[in-house]
Amino acid sequence: MKAILTVHNLASDLVTTIWTPVFVAIFLAIVAYAFWPRNKAVFDKAAHLPLREE
Amino acid sequence: MSQPSISKSMTIGESGLAVVFAVTAFLCVIASAKALDAPFAFHAALSAAASLAAVFFIVNRYFERPAALPPQEINGRPNYNMGPIKFSAFMAMFWGIAGFLVGLIIASQLAWPALNFDLPWTSFGRLRPLHTSAVIFAFGGNVLIATSFYVVQKSCRARLAGDLAPWFVVVGYNFFILIAGTGYLLGVTQSKEYAEPEWYADLWLTIVWVAYLLVFLATIFKRKEPHIFVANWFYLAFIVTIAVLHLGNNPALPVSVFGSKSYVAWGGIQDAMFQWWYGHNAVGFFLTAGFLAIMYYFIPKRAERPIYSYRLSIIHFWALIFLYIWAGPHHLHYTALPDWTQTLGMTFSIMLWMPSWGGMINGLMTLSGAWDKLRTDPVLRMLVVSVAFYGMSTFEGPMMSIKVVNSLSHYTDWTIGHVHSGALGWVGFVSFGALYCLVPWAWNRKGLYSLKLVNWHFWVATLGIVLYISAMWVSGILQGLMWRAYTSLGFLEYSFIETVEAMHPFYIIRAAGGGLFLIGALIMAYNLWMTVRVGEAEVQMPVALQPAE
Repeated sequence: MKAILTVHNLASDLVTTIWTPVFVAIFLAIVAYAFWPRNKAVFDKAAHLPLREE
Repeated sequence: MSQPSISKSMTIGESGLAVVFAVTAFLCVIASAKALDAPFAFHAALSAAASLAAVFFIVNRYFERPAALPPQEINGRPNYNMGPIKFSAFMAMFWGIAGFLVGLIIASQLAWPALNFDLPWTSFGRLRPLHTSAVIFAFGGNVLIATSFYVVQKSCRARLAGDLAPWFVVVGYNFFILIAGTGYLLGVTQSKEYAEPEWYADLWLTIVWVAYLLVFLATIFKRKEPHIFVANWFYLAFIVTIAVLHLGNNPALPVSVFGSKSYVAWGGIQDAMFQWWYGHNAVGFFLTAGFLAIMYYFIPKRAERPIYSYRLSIIHFWALIFLYIWAGPHHLHYTALPDWTQTLGMTFSIMLWMPSWGGMINGLMTLSGAWDKLRTDPVLRMLVVSVAFYGMSTFEGPMMSIKVVNSLSHYTDWTIGHVHSGALGWVGFVSFGALYCLVPWAWNRKGLYSLKLVNWHFWVATLGIVLYISAMWVSGILQGLMWRAYTSLGFLEYSFIETVEAMHPFYIIRAAGGGLFLIGALIMAYNLWMTVRVGEAEVQMPVALQPAE
């Protein structure tokens, strides 16, 4: 039981400590994805999607 | 799929649902007989009747339908399923008028308290949740379900997944509204703001909501369009987050399975924090993310212009997702909630300015190259003004979350004014605009019955909103200042009743504003009814382009 609690505490400490940088990193990756030059064509096409459909 | 002679048999869904509803009807009759309180007996009887009706409709629908289920495509084009959308759109209009009317009644009660008639069923405490649930969950919810089922089909170029499942979602959701609303009138409540329905209504909503998520996801999975359009992301965030919020805020232990009363698992400040984590994210994901999905589909479509910046829409989406969920504690400033948590909530609320305004700019700039349409198309004007209100109330909200501002605004009518500039201006107008687009599309009409009536609706409702929110600003700040006024000897300058007296004129103005908003909605209901009945009335000549006589 004690071992389990220790593991739990370690895990929860780790999660509560690193979630901020992890979330920031994920968000920055999303921003990079949005501005990646190669994705521009896909997004430009998607912007027209409501007008294209039947 | 062109087999002329398939033998007709019930699908697994049809027979399964029929059996489940038959068993439910039986169990509800027992529950009704053994009920410990009258409202529970009533709700159990209502559920039994509804379950029997469901069995009847499923079996009847089976006998009426052709042997083969509707094809996914006809002549290479998706065979869109409009039935559940029409139902939801109709219910949205119905609940909208009911909700606005109850709002007008309770606004009038605040101005003239005798209007509660000294009856328990018409007291402010029972009618107020009826108003909030009717406008948010019944009106707003039906608009979201109707538009999401439309947008996901069109933008995925695929027929809505499931045969009975979409009907289960729309009818089941409205049955939840019926149980919740009648419960409030009968005094059934778990006293959590915006989460008043008791345990059995919550359980039913959970089932319906999971079905909604599955229908939506399954439609996305079978899409013909490779890209998942941004509006679907917003709808999905709305559906998933509401499920999580609902489950997080509502775990409760009923006193008896045959009674309506239950006790929520959380206690003390944890309960308060859960409640406002739920409450604020209901604003963020129900009243914002869901309606932003409407903005991202209906404004480009109506303006016939592409989304201004699709990149910005992606960043708008993820920034909202990452930030909104932390903003709840700003509802609990200066309470037993730890100070750091209050500051955290305030900080995230202020950060929300950026994605909110990014999204607003994206919606408004979608009109670039089509600004002239604002002059001639009142539907587009409604949609665009809604985005302007979105910008205004998402500026005001973060400002009010700042602790020193909140010390003045909290518990005053300023909050009510803020909520209604968002609810009437943003959610109301974007919903009206969407319904004005959706009804002719879903019923296959060329256009609306009358654009002139839309114009009337727009101006009457706008005037109503302006009266409402300006009255509440003045009233709220006056109230806040009176509460904190001290005499030179350190005594409170005003007694509470003096502040109530000072509110009176503003309460009358507010009720007048609400009345105008209701009149606008009645004009709309007539217009939509005539659109469905007779279609476009005449060749619409834009007002500004009429020849001089």
